Amino acid sequence: MFDFAPLTKWIDTVLHNAMSPFWAVVVEMLIVGVLILLFYALIGLFLVYAERKVCAFMQNRLGPNRVGPFGLFQTIADLVKLLLVELVPIRNADKFLFNLAPFIVITASFMAIAAIPFAKGLHAIDLNIGIFYVIAVSAMGVIGILLAGWASNNKYSLIGAMRSGAQIVSYELSVGLSLITMVILAGSMQLSVIVEGQATGWFIFKGHIPAFIAFIVFLVASTAETNRGPFDLAEAESELTAGYHTEYSGIKFAFFFLAEYMNMFIVASIAATVFLGGWMPFHVGNWDGFNAVMDFIPPFVWYIVKTFFVVFLMMWFKWTFPRLRIDQLLTLEWKYLLPINLVNVLIMAFIVLMGWHF
Amino acid sequence: MEEPVKVAVDENQEYVINMGPQHPSTHGVLRLVLALKGEIVKNVEPHIGYVHRGMEKMCESITYPQIIHLTDRMDYLSAHINNEAVCLAVEKALEAEIPDRIKVIRTIMSELTRIQSHQLFWATFGMDLGGLTCFFYGLRDREKILDIFEETCGGRMIVSYNCPGGLMYDIHPNFQKRVKEFIKYFRKILPEYDQLLTGNIIFQERTRGIGRLSLEDAISYGVTGPTGRASGFSCDVRKHEPYSAYDRVKFNEVLFSEGDTFHRYLARMEEMRVSMDIVEQLIDNIPEGPFAVKLKPVIRLPEGEYYQRVETARGELGVFIISDGNKNPYRIKFRSPCFSNLWVLNLISRDFKIADLVAIGGSLDLVIPDIDR
Amino acid sequence: MRSIIKYLKEIVMAVWSLLKGMKVTGYYFFQPNKIVTQKYPENRKNLVMFERFKGEVIMPHNEKNEHKCTGCGICEINCPNGTIEIISKSILTEDGKKKRAIDKHIYRLGMCTFCALCVKTCPSEALAFSQEFEHAVFNRALLIKVLNKPGSQLMKGVE
Repeated sequence: MFDFAPLTKWIDTVLHNAMSPFWAVVVEMLIVGVLILLFYALIGLFLVYAERKVCAFMQNRLGPNRVGPFGLFQTIADLVKLLLVELVPIRNADKFLFNLAPFIVITASFMAIAAIPFAKGLHAIDLNIGIFYVIAVSAMGVIGILLAGWASNNKYSLIGAMRSGAQIVSYELSVGLSLITMVILAGSMQLSVIVEGQATGWFIFKGHIPAFIAFIVFLVASTAETNRGPFDLAEAESELTAGYHTEYSGIKFAFFFLAEYMNMFIVASIAATVFLGGWMPFHVGNWDGFNAVMDFIPPFVWYIVKTFFVVFLMMWFKWTFPRLRIDQLLTLEWKYLLPINLVNVLIMAFIVLMGWHF
Repeated sequence: MEEPVKVAVDENQEYVINMGPQHPSTHGVLRLVLALKGEIVKNVEPHIGYVHRGMEKMCESITYPQIIHLTDRMDYLSAHINNEAVCLAVEKALEAEIPDRIKVIRTIMSELTRIQSHQLFWATFGMDLGGLTCFFYGLRDREKILDIFEETCGGRMIVSYNCPGGLMYDIHPNFQKRVKEFIKYFRKILPEYDQLLTGNIIFQERTRGIGRLSLEDAISYGVTGPTGRASGFSCDVRKHEPYSAYDRVKFNEVLFSEGDTFHRYLARMEEMRVSMDIVEQLIDNIPEGPFAVKLKPVIRLPEGEYYQRVETARGELGVFIISDGNKNPYRIKFRSPCFSNLWVLNLISRDFKIADLVAIGGSLDLVIPDIDR
Repeated sequence: MRSIIKYLKEIVMAVWSLLKGMKVTGYYFFQPNKIVTQKYPENRKNLVMFERFKGEVIMPHNEKNEHKCTGCGICEINCPNGTIEIISKSILTEDGKKKRAIDKHIYRLGMCTFCALCVKTCPSEALAFSQEFEHAVFNRALLIKVLNKPGSQLMKGVE
């Protein structure tokens, strides 16, 4: 398996030899920041394109096909358009909060991406409480949404923001609990340790029934947490026109838009990392030949393929199901997901205690 | 520095919100003024007239064959049935004998119109509830009927195919083949509609028990069509007062007693099947004969009052003509189904949530130009 | 106990109904041959409209630049919204008689509602529908068309 650790070590030593430790760290941070920013923009643009293509195929349409081959540059054209579009000033809006909201939303998703292990040794920051950090940081986005709805001075926006507040606060619980189930199995909250622990088998196979239930619950709850259909109540275009970002235009709207897709990507990465083995290749017992072939595929490709599989699942949900109502949304969380989750944590703890996992 | 706008605060602490006239789920330019308490709808006040074109007044200055092109644009989703209503009223006044061929073709066309209207209902209802894929599947299948219309009538939505005394042209040689192909295709597709939406647990939760309209209210508000029949109001004009060829086909009136959003939806799904049955009974038995009877070049109705009602895709459409013996009507009045159906919205959506209001509004299947005329 | 079974059964049935919906969309996702979208400007060449399609009203001319319109004005009377206007002139026939003939047959495409009354009521079948549907222009004045071509004459034998 290709290991990025020597490469990063080498860059580190070169920088430290060339300049003082302070400047070396600053340069390293800059490099990492720029890389993540690039990755962020590219993935965001690609996801928008992918979503449009996926939904088009599901609806017997062609999807974007005019700009570039297969419409690949359509999202770039859209981005340029959004950059050039007028920023409409809103009368009686709270200007400071109105402008601040998109930045909070995008910063939250930007911070979460730092803790995700992309491949062996390719990891911006390997916190020993990685999962906790990701949950905590991604939950910050809701403040941005609430501010956006409040500051817009629009009744639809306010309803949308209030809905999303109720929604994210309750679904945060399920996301956390389903991840805790896996933390019990992994025995660590450090993402790199979790991935290493799956070298002999992904956790979704290792933890069998409770892990599978946790995966489903995580998928449902995280879809709700990212405000995507069928839980897109905060936007609900047929009820609230566009919900909390009704009044936003131009690049500020693009921030919300991009953040939504990146949140989806982050959630899918966490699912891939915790349940599907992150960048670990697919191994079967002692089929050495098969395992060797699987090892040949680079870990970054494994990571991307798994993440996009989860992303595809989420898109599939969105383009199939009608939207829930706000009270049904909360019923689903408090009457179904939460009890299931609690029982599931118990079962998982018991299984780990008895050593019944693989 | 601008003065901040002072917002009047209601004594009941109600949150007044304007839904429409430009809103994705009012299906046109209907404006609903909602009084909310949190998410809960306390009052709905429909404001109509944004597409008022003064059709009834316009009709007073044009001749009877020319009225057809206006009724097309009234309820544009059942254009054919609207035209049929005017034609039947005129023919009734002239006491013209209409050959069977015309009657059968009119019936087939009307039923195809009904199917295509309900397909669009399915599509938009799915979209109102947030399932966007339904919209594209519905439109995809509707295209097939519109193609049949285009081949025979030359128009897709605005067909202008009926005229007093018969039809504008004979049916296209391909007509029967294409209709049979469509029915075969659509019978296979309908279960897919059920899998995607009807059986879906989210959909059922969203619609069952929502916006219940009682039989008494349905009758007293004059709610007709699938909306009324879902509440148990047996109001199918095709059954009770058969016109054209409806007296020679066997079909069941779709009736439910629950009257909630889900059953209004179900009534339309069932009606599509019933319509297909009617078309199947007639399509192979189109009698030979002329496609139009010769009327006088300038049609003058004898002095008097004439009324004809038909069943459009949305309910009962009545055409009332007062003639003073001239070539244009003295007064014409359309009793349009959507106008009557709209006013139950306040009654049945009170104390439900905004999301339910959208679902209820969608299940009434309103066409705004039909309300405003 | 019974309530727990009911609870679990509810969940299973709900998930099952959702999976059925996903089957439909998933099926179409993997069926690219069922895509119904047409690539419009590219398929212009083989895009054939139905023969009865009402694109716009035209006056067919034969190769000798002759049409069938006598200028009787029935289409103008029958048009519900004044789309058609006929400007006639009087000409001298070969045997020296004065006769009414058409000077300009003005057709306002922007106002036309395609009710087909003009085409149907024309006694000499001088009007027809073309299948042309690309009517967009930058200047509204271009939508006012003169149907008879310059220098055209009445076809022989049409009264």
